[in-house]
Amino acid sequence: MSTTTEPHASTGPDAALDIRGLRLNLPGTARPVLDGVDLTVAPRETVALVGESGSGKSLTSRSVLRLLPPGAVAEGRVLVEGRDVLAMNPGELRRLRTHTAAMIFQDPRAATNPLRRIGDFLTESLRLNAQVPAEEATERAVRMLDAVGLGDHVLRRYPGQLSGGMLQRVMIAAALMGDPTLILADEPTTALDVTTQAEVVGLLDDLRGQFGTGLLFVTHDLGLAAAISDRVYVMYAGRIAETGPAEELFQRPRHPYTRALLDSTPRLTAPRGRLAAIGGQPPSLRQELTGCPFAPRCRLATDVCTERAPALIPVADGNPQPHLAACHHSDQLTEVTADA
Amino acid sequence: MTTATLIRRRPGLAGIRTDRSWLFRICLGFVALLVLLAIVAPWIAPHDPNAVDLGSALAGPSGAHPAGVDASGRDTLSRLLVGARTSLLGPLGVVVFSTVAGVAVGLAAGWRGGWLDSLLSRGTELVFAFPGMLLAILIVSVYGPGLTAPVLALGVAYLPYVSRLTRSLVLAERERPYVEAYRVQGHSGLQISLRHVLPNIAPVVLAQSTINFGYALIDLAGLSFLGLGVPPLTPDWGRMVFDGESAIQSGYPLSAILPCLAIVMTVVAFNVVGERWADQVARRDR
Repeated sequence: MSTTTEPHASTGPDAALDIRGLRLNLPGTARPVLDGVDLTVAPRETVALVGESGSGKSLTSRSVLRLLPPGAVAEGRVLVEGRDVLAMNPGELRRLRTHTAAMIFQDPRAATNPLRRIGDFLTESLRLNAQVPAEEATERAVRMLDAVGLGDHVLRRYPGQLSGGMLQRVMIAAALMGDPTLILADEPTTALDVTTQAEVVGLLDDLRGQFGTGLLFVTHDLGLAAAISDRVYVMYAGRIAETGPAEELFQRPRHPYTRALLDSTPRLTAPRGRLAAIGGQPPSLRQELTGCPFAPRCRLATDVCTERAPALIPVADGNPQPHLAACHHSDQLTEVTADA
Repeated sequence: MTTATLIRRRPGLAGIRTDRSWLFRICLGFVALLVLLAIVAPWIAPHDPNAVDLGSALAGPSGAHPAGVDASGRDTLSRLLVGARTSLLGPLGVVVFSTVAGVAVGLAAGWRGGWLDSLLSRGTELVFAFPGMLLAILIVSVYGPGLTAPVLALGVAYLPYVSRLTRSLVLAERERPYVEAYRVQGHSGLQISLRHVLPNIAPVVLAQSTINFGYALIDLAGLSFLGLGVPPLTPDWGRMVFDGESAIQSGYPLSAILPCLAIVMTVVAFNVVGERWADQVARRDR
């Protein structure tokens, strides 16, 4: 993307997270895996990052904690509370990870050391990295467990003795232990069954209000994104395709990719029939991209789409939070969505 | 998971792997008994192991000497019991040294990777090029007989087996998501590797070290048999086999056969126990 967009209305020095022009190159790929990503999360705001597998949504959230694959070269700025994560030294990075930003993983079972008790797992970071006395750390662990709806008997349990849903609650409690300003949730419900999913999502939403943290919610589930988030970013092939307030974006998508994603979501109320799928494949990382990455699969595509990459530009006015889309033909989508 | 195949086994002894739990229990019991006997040996030995009574040399089993007397007139049972101390202490030294140093090298190589990995891996492979026994003989010939020199030499010779195993285990463990989860909590690499990765790989390393114990016992007994291990008068099983040679030629093989038996049974017992642990760890991973 040649032109970087102006910072959004919600941006400021006080944003919990402000990613500007993040570009990430991996060894052995012909194009950047992330290509000029701009993303902000305000304090107390829930932002969903939506996209299909390989679109770069997980990499974006991981770059916030500088959890990058070996050999990755990152450009741009990732500001957490105004400080650039990409420029931090190891000590600052550890402080950021201990106190400022926390991450919740996809599979809680895999993300816990099976040999350590839950109490140990929860308090270790505070005890070792923040020199908090053990009793104080345990006290906080009990409070956090209470906040996620678990009793303090869990402290003495091993991860293998808890169910997946309980364990994900423990992971959320662990994320809250350092009193972070930002929580990154990387598909936190994918490994859970549907009823537990709803509980965990509801819990995350509650806690965000209660503890005043910003939440970046990475998911491929559009329904979930619509239900939980204030604003949504839709990613495709390492770029932001569209962003805007959740309700408006899902009601009136202005990017053909968002529109296609919505059309391919199964609905219980819709007439039965074959599910609409997006034809073709996402662009390969081994090929360089010219023009709009979605052009080969887009039914609105014209010559200009394959020649020039569209900039992320405002498509609707009069909102406190802008609705932006990176499409040359976003005006054509206004009527198309009338039947949605 | 191929933990079981990662552990190095000598081809000749690999056949002793067993699923029979009674054999494992017997071997474990034997090892425990042996350790106990070695500890209390000076108090329960019927005679001074070095007391020479030439009058009863090469006597068969009797009430006073339940296992007979060797060619120099020393009580075989007392020498066996007291000899168990040196015979077990030596391999213990080898195993402790090779395990501690091997884990340190393997952990550093596997965790840090890059040039450090190349340096340490190539370095330990260089040790592979020297047969352990020859290395030990070389060092003994420089420093003279004594237990320390051969134990250190064999410890160095056994180090690569432990460090290689540790390195490959660490490489696999490093990729597990819980390591990353600790990282995002702000833990340093050193903390994660020592507090979390090490306990997770410890059972496999301990199984390997138990198997190594048997091998080290054979090697040290071999050195003693060659007259290169312990000083001449020290009671030691390998040394006893060496001393018993002349007795065999005189037609009284008991004083040589008994220490042989002790060596073989101990090695087999340690091997069965180690293999069993290794198999249990492998089963747990699957």
